[in-house]
Amino acid sequence: MAQQFCTFYLDKLLFGVELKSVQEVIRTLDVTQVPLAPRVVSGLINLRGQIVTAIDLRGRLELSARPPDALPMNVVIRSEDGAVSFLVDQIGDVVEVEDNTFEPAPEMLRASLRAMILGVHKLNDRLMHVLHTEKACQMTEAADAATAGV
Amino acid sequence: MSEGDIVQDFLVESSENLDRLDRDLVGLEKNPHDQEALAGVFRTIHTIKGTCGFLGFSKLEKVAHVGENLLTRLRDRQLTLNPEITTALLNMVDAIRQMLSEIKSTGTDGETDYAELREALTRLLSPASVGSAQPSLPSAAGSQTLPLQEQLPAPPPAAGETVSADSPETREKVVDPAVESRKKNSDSRRKPTKGKIGGVLVERGHAQPADIAMALEEQDRGDRRRLGEILVALGLAKPEDVVAAQQVMESKPRETGPETIRVGVNLLDKLMTLVGELVLSRNQLLQLANTLKGSGLQAVSQRLNLIVTELQEEVMKTRMQPIGNIWGQFPRTVRDVALGCGKQVNIEMQGKETELDKTVIEAIKDPLTHLVRNSVDHGIELPEERARRGKDQTGRLVLRAFHEGGQVNIEISDDGAGLSEHRIRQKAIERGVITADQAARMTEREIFNLIFLPGFSTAQKVTNVSGRGVGMDVVKTNVEKIGGTVDLQSTAGQGSTVRLKIPLTLAIIPALVVTCSGERYAIPQVNLLELVRLESQQTQTSIEMVHGVPVYRLRGRLLPLVYLSRALQLAENHEGTSNSAINIVVLQADDRQFGLVVDRINDTEEIVVKPLRKQLKTIKTFAGASVMGDGRVALILDVIGLAQKASVVTETHDRALAEKATGEAQKAESTQTFLLFTGPGGSRMAIPLDALARLEVFPVAQVEMSGRQWVTQYRGQILPLVRLNLVLEERRRRLQGSPSPPEPGTALQVLVLNHEGQTFGLVVEHIVDIIEDMATVKSPATRKSVLYSVVIGERVTEILDIPAILRESGSVLSSAAAIAKAEVAN
Repeated sequence: MAQQFCTFYLDKLLFGVELKSVQEVIRTLDVTQVPLAPRVVSGLINLRGQIVTAIDLRGRLELSARPPDALPMNVVIRSEDGAVSFLVDQIGDVVEVEDNTFEPAPEMLRASLRAMILGVHKLNDRLMHVLHTEKACQMTEAADAATAGV
Repeated sequence: MSEGDIVQDFLVESSENLDRLDRDLVGLEKNPHDQEALAGVFRTIHTIKGTCGFLGFSKLEKVAHVGENLLTRLRDRQLTLNPEITTALLNMVDAIRQMLSEIKSTGTDGETDYAELREALTRLLSPASVGSAQPSLPSAAGSQTLPLQEQLPAPPPAAGETVSADSPETREKVVDPAVESRKKNSDSRRKPTKGKIGGVLVERGHAQPADIAMALEEQDRGDRRRLGEILVALGLAKPEDVVAAQQVMESKPRETGPETIRVGVNLLDKLMTLVGELVLSRNQLLQLANTLKGSGLQAVSQRLNLIVTELQEEVMKTRMQPIGNIWGQFPRTVRDVALGCGKQVNIEMQGKETELDKTVIEAIKDPLTHLVRNSVDHGIELPEERARRGKDQTGRLVLRAFHEGGQVNIEISDDGAGLSEHRIRQKAIERGVITADQAARMTEREIFNLIFLPGFSTAQKVTNVSGRGVGMDVVKTNVEKIGGTVDLQSTAGQGSTVRLKIPLTLAIIPALVVTCSGERYAIPQVNLLELVRLESQQTQTSIEMVHGVPVYRLRGRLLPLVYLSRALQLAENHEGTSNSAINIVVLQADDRQFGLVVDRINDTEEIVVKPLRKQLKTIKTFAGASVMGDGRVALILDVIGLAQKASVVTETHDRALAEKATGEAQKAESTQTFLLFTGPGGSRMAIPLDALARLEVFPVAQVEMSGRQWVTQYRGQILPLVRLNLVLEERRRRLQGSPSPPEPGTALQVLVLNHEGQTFGLVVEHIVDIIEDMATVKSPATRKSVLYSVVIGERVTEILDIPAILRESGSVLSSAAAIAKAEVAN
């Protein structure tokens, strides 16, 4: 069965989230920082009057920090707890993939990441990481500790 | 309409009706001859029975059926209501409620068949089993009781039958009761009685029952005229009597449904959110329009502004509910508790229609229930004891609600034993809540409020209702959670009153916006006490350290200071340190005060509160977030959470209590605080600070002339401006002839004063300082409107006499007020 993914880049890696869970993609918005918040929470944004938590996906996925001059994009996801915005480097295409290109993530992947990265779809020229959006939205203590260590 | 919808409607309607049943039944117990209430009860049960039979809930139908049988006897006066019957009927209501909730969750009416309850209800049917039952009234007395017999059940709504309000008089109203009761069970298709003109005529003695029966027979034979017309035509009633009877009927509330429709709460919440967003967009537009002066945009945005404000108010209203909605269950609660402990209690309610936001109503329901139960269980004494004390054997519990100053006050008063100060004091020392030393210094009122501390109960014995020491502290916590306060007053032997002050709504709150390290934060106004600004030269000396903890002496008391930037671990703003001015926001957290040091104080604003998502829920320092006028998000500080984070509030109430005691003591001997300013001609003057409402600066362009008086528009009112040079005697003489508008292009520094309900502005030259220490050198006043002169900071300062100033300018003020009124009227 074919599935559609909204793709984006993080530190040159290609990630995808199910298209139906994406509410919208928008350019950089003014972010209000939240003191004392977990480090992966970039802050709050005003999405047409709705206040949405912005999560730095690079931080959440334990990747290196975004260069300070690069402006992130917002991928707004419909989560169980309302809209959440993922800050990503750049938006890719919408891709349609078949189930047979999917493979689970290798065992060597760190446990904290394996919960979020379901696996990869083998595209023609590269691998697309499939992100578990609900898990990525959750602020577990482990995630907190991991980012604090970076 | 699908069957699911029908069931849904049935559930909603029935549960509303059941709430009313509780109330009616308890009311009936007091006044068993209230036939109207009885008929209402009967109708409700009958409707439930009919509908659930139709929907196939047979167990529910059976229970309702036996209940209806019992009610029929009561209605026909073959039985009189007594506590036993009331209890059985209330149990039936509970059983029905139980089954309804079963239907709601599972779709069936459950497994229990309530055989015992049905048996009890059936047993009560025979008068012999009830000792106090009275024989039914002879129906020969029919002519007096006539119209009341005929409250017939409305058809179940699910049957889809509609009843038109102006249907011709149906006959059952006025027929001989004996005939009626025979027919009662056979004729089930009767329409409900609407507009009983015949009944009214008989009641007022303008017609005979027999005549009306005759007229009704006319109608039965196909006469399409209305009953009144037939009576007049037959010469059985005078036209004017019929007209009068019609007027009586019209003044009675119609039984047809009110002009309302059911709207889902979700929809209202959504509307509220959308209006909140609209308010924000409006704010943004207004800011934008102000930068584009001269364009037509400003006029349009002003109009939009008005409409949005009105819309916001109206939508807020849709969420308002009368407090009577939750009070409705209290008669039942009181009855059950009173019966359980052998007491007699009458409940009175005042201000049932006082409205509160839905979320607030939900939040105070449990605290209120607890307080009511508590009053009955502990407050009101047993009948014998009341008699011994010379009180009415029946205790009185009064619930009162009213609006005051943008808040709702709710009072629960009983005329019971009251609290024993001595016992609470003893208990508190026994439990180690306070020391004997502290106890000795506390006022009676403070002692009473100790019962709101956790684990404190003075009940002599624990009952299953209350007295376990959980509860009062929960009441306090819950009320404070929504920004309310609890206070208790009591007179031994005469009763106690608990007073709750509750905000009207939680969705939109007034807040003070401050800036710290470049970000804005909103502080809910309920927590705000005052603002203090220390100029740079003062900061060095006035902020002192208690072993590293910064404190500030606020009118002689040490105020611990919390630096917001440090509490939030923000990058320290270097402009805000050591050598520039410091802004202190004095806040109230629990029963402690502390000063929050921020970089800048912006303004007060009405903000829309949005909750934080789960990722941020764990941070106790923030209560939520809000979108500001410029579209950016600002966090709302949770003052209690912040105080806890900064360890201002600790678990021990010890210090707070001690402080309260010393605070009170200090207040008694404290010196007055004065606002120092320069008046006309640069002379130094001062007024007592407590007369001051606000300091404002008005551009001269906003000042208008109203007769000889300067006025300005201020917060939707016309504020008269008093010029000191006109009031102060000898100068006035000089200037009297020439009241002139102010010099254009300048701004007026105005002290907004409040004196005995009168608000006016005092125009001054320049505000100097706030001073606390009273100089001892006093000399009597040299002119009118001055209390006396003192030396402050080596300068002679006149302390103004505000009442005298008001008197001096009184004639001017009242004429200005009259003109203002006239202007408003135009």
